[in-house]
Amino acid sequence: MAEANPTAAQVVTLKPAKGWLGIDLKELWRYRELIYFLTWRDIKVRYKQAVLGVAWSVLQPVLTTAITTVVFGVLLKVDSDGLPYPVFALSALLPWHLFQLSLQKSSVSLVGNSNLITKVYFPRVIIPISSVLAALVDFGISLVLLFISIAVYKLPLTWNVLWVFPLTLLTVLAALAVGQWLSALNVQYRDVQQMVPFLIQIWMYATPIVYPITTIPEGTFRYLYSLNPMVGVVQGFRWAFFGGTPPDMTLAISSLAVLVLLITGLFFFRRMEKTFADVV
Amino acid sequence: MMDNEYSIFVRGIGKRYNIGAAQQRSDTLRDLITAQAERIGSTLRGKRQKANNLNQIWALRDVSFDVKRGQALGIIGRNGAGKSTLLKVLSRVTDPTEGYGELRGRVGSLLEVGTGFHPELTGRENIFLNGAILGMHKKEIEARFDEIVAFSEVEKFIDTPVKRYSSGMYLRLAFAVAAHLEPEILVVDEVLAVGDADFQRKCLGKMGDVANSGRTVLFVSHNMSAILRLTQDSIVLDKGKVLLRAPSNEAVDFYLNRGLSKLGERFWEEDEVPESSAPFRPLAIRILDKQGQVSDSVRSVDPIRVEIDYELTEDITGLRVGFYLFTTRGEPVFTSFDIDSEELFKAYTARPKGVYTSRCTFPPDTLNEGRFLLGINASSYGIRRYFQDDQALSFSVDASGAPGTHWPESRPGPVRPALNWEIDEKGRV
Repeated sequence: MAEANPTAAQVVTLKPAKGWLGIDLKELWRYRELIYFLTWRDIKVRYKQAVLGVAWSVLQPVLTTAITTVVFGVLLKVDSDGLPYPVFALSALLPWHLFQLSLQKSSVSLVGNSNLITKVYFPRVIIPISSVLAALVDFGISLVLLFISIAVYKLPLTWNVLWVFPLTLLTVLAALAVGQWLSALNVQYRDVQQMVPFLIQIWMYATPIVYPITTIPEGTFRYLYSLNPMVGVVQGFRWAFFGGTPPDMTLAISSLAVLVLLITGLFFFRRMEKTFADVV
Repeated sequence: MMDNEYSIFVRGIGKRYNIGAAQQRSDTLRDLITAQAERIGSTLRGKRQKANNLNQIWALRDVSFDVKRGQALGIIGRNGAGKSTLLKVLSRVTDPTEGYGELRGRVGSLLEVGTGFHPELTGRENIFLNGAILGMHKKEIEARFDEIVAFSEVEKFIDTPVKRYSSGMYLRLAFAVAAHLEPEILVVDEVLAVGDADFQRKCLGKMGDVANSGRTVLFVSHNMSAILRLTQDSIVLDKGKVLLRAPSNEAVDFYLNRGLSKLGERFWEEDEVPESSAPFRPLAIRILDKQGQVSDSVRSVDPIRVEIDYELTEDITGLRVGFYLFTTRGEPVFTSFDIDSEELFKAYTARPKGVYTSRCTFPPDTLNEGRFLLGINASSYGIRRYFQDDQALSFSVDASGAPGTHWPESRPGPVRPALNWEIDEKGRV
């Protein structure tokens, strides 16, 4: 063990928590193995005793794409920015699913792990982080669908595809940012977990998933609209794989919104975490 | 701030709980809104009281102590004395409200075995998960994996989901992981209260090894013999304060004789009874001597009477109220319930709400001299335990006049029955 020499052992200080605390990234790094194990647990457990197992992470977006295509593409004939409607919907639904799953899991994560919180110390933020990371694995598998549709519709594949990495990161950070707020609030007010499904529903319609972003008038209104982080992400995804309207300003505004939410979320979380064990 | 030879240094630690918030487990936004409205309302009416102070309790107040490196410290106190809160603060599960402390070295807390076990995962998977949660590195777990499995005795089922384990297997595996954790400071809360006698012995042995291997150990237990075996020094907590810090044998004595009960009678205040015991509410337990006087010291040759007063706030079916009798070393002497007899069992299958006294008498010449401990238990067999306090009351027995006391020796054993000896003389040689 590294701490074999007691004089070199870490010294832990106990004192009352005051006000807003900084974020201890070093400590988070020391606990990286716990993040790994909790993520791994969430993944392992999710599809246990499901006959189709991980196939669900592909089936879900396929089914939603089919439904959306029938309702909005075929019946309502919604404009799809020059793309075939299934491709149009799928390219937005994949990152949306990642966001939705991360948000669902992370907002209830602290309450779901209350047995850990009341018994053992570790930086609490690990819990929402690992539930978001677990959702990322599903997303990674489902990405294969995008490449399949490129082949099926014989669409050109460009270097823009590499944008998928920063865009995924942005989605994860957005989910984490909101997840931190909601999970910490849920510890005290269980109303949050009742609200999350509605929040997600509203959020989905506030994001250009079933309709193209061109529906929203350009200028100030579109900029305000882009404060929704998922607007930039979804628009970016569509453009990266299939072209169409480039994300430009929307993406910049969305990234900024994520940054603000993330930083305030972290501070809020740090402030609340001191009482989690007493309240949960 | 602290000398190198200390691993724990604590000054003036206090922890305040907001019982309003802690007890309504799921405060909802609506509660918050109505509470705010009420507060504003009462402010307007000009009678805003110090409602805050009423809803707050200090679970710990002004707690100061040090523990030297390699020392094992026992923490003694009755339920609600603040022991668990102290361990939670020391293991950083919760922050103190006031005070300051330093811990030197990695802290491993064993507030409950099996923390984070997931029923769907296999034994193998859970060892890694639980180890990581308790603060072990993957490499350490890998290095000790075989040892952990061997200790747990579940080799055959190591790749079976733990939801299929028996509760005994589950506990053994959970304790095995925890026991192989090797932090500089180990914080242990009553883990020995689980499992069968064999397993408890094994756990106690393992704890002894840990305590002897130069680690600093903080150990909370209701089992006084475990405290005496595993620790050199102990602190006695009462109502969140440290009453005494002394060598464990003195501390145990103090706790059992003075700190715990006076004059052979114990009353329960309303705030000492957990809400979970409702509809059963203990009121008092007392020891009465031959004259019917409440007494802390009774004679072995006289009948000894035990009375338990309690209130039922609702009708209860199948309730039995009784006691455990222990020696002060924690060895059980016997257990008895008020409806043990066939006759009373039939007469009291259901008890309507009201106030009751259950009383019984030990026949003369039952107990040996020494100090004894009465624990109270109220339960419906196989359904629910309403209330239990293993150290409700202590009392002394004086053996003067008992069989064999014409020799001034002390006799081992908790009982001293007057046996009907006969001596046959088979003729002379």
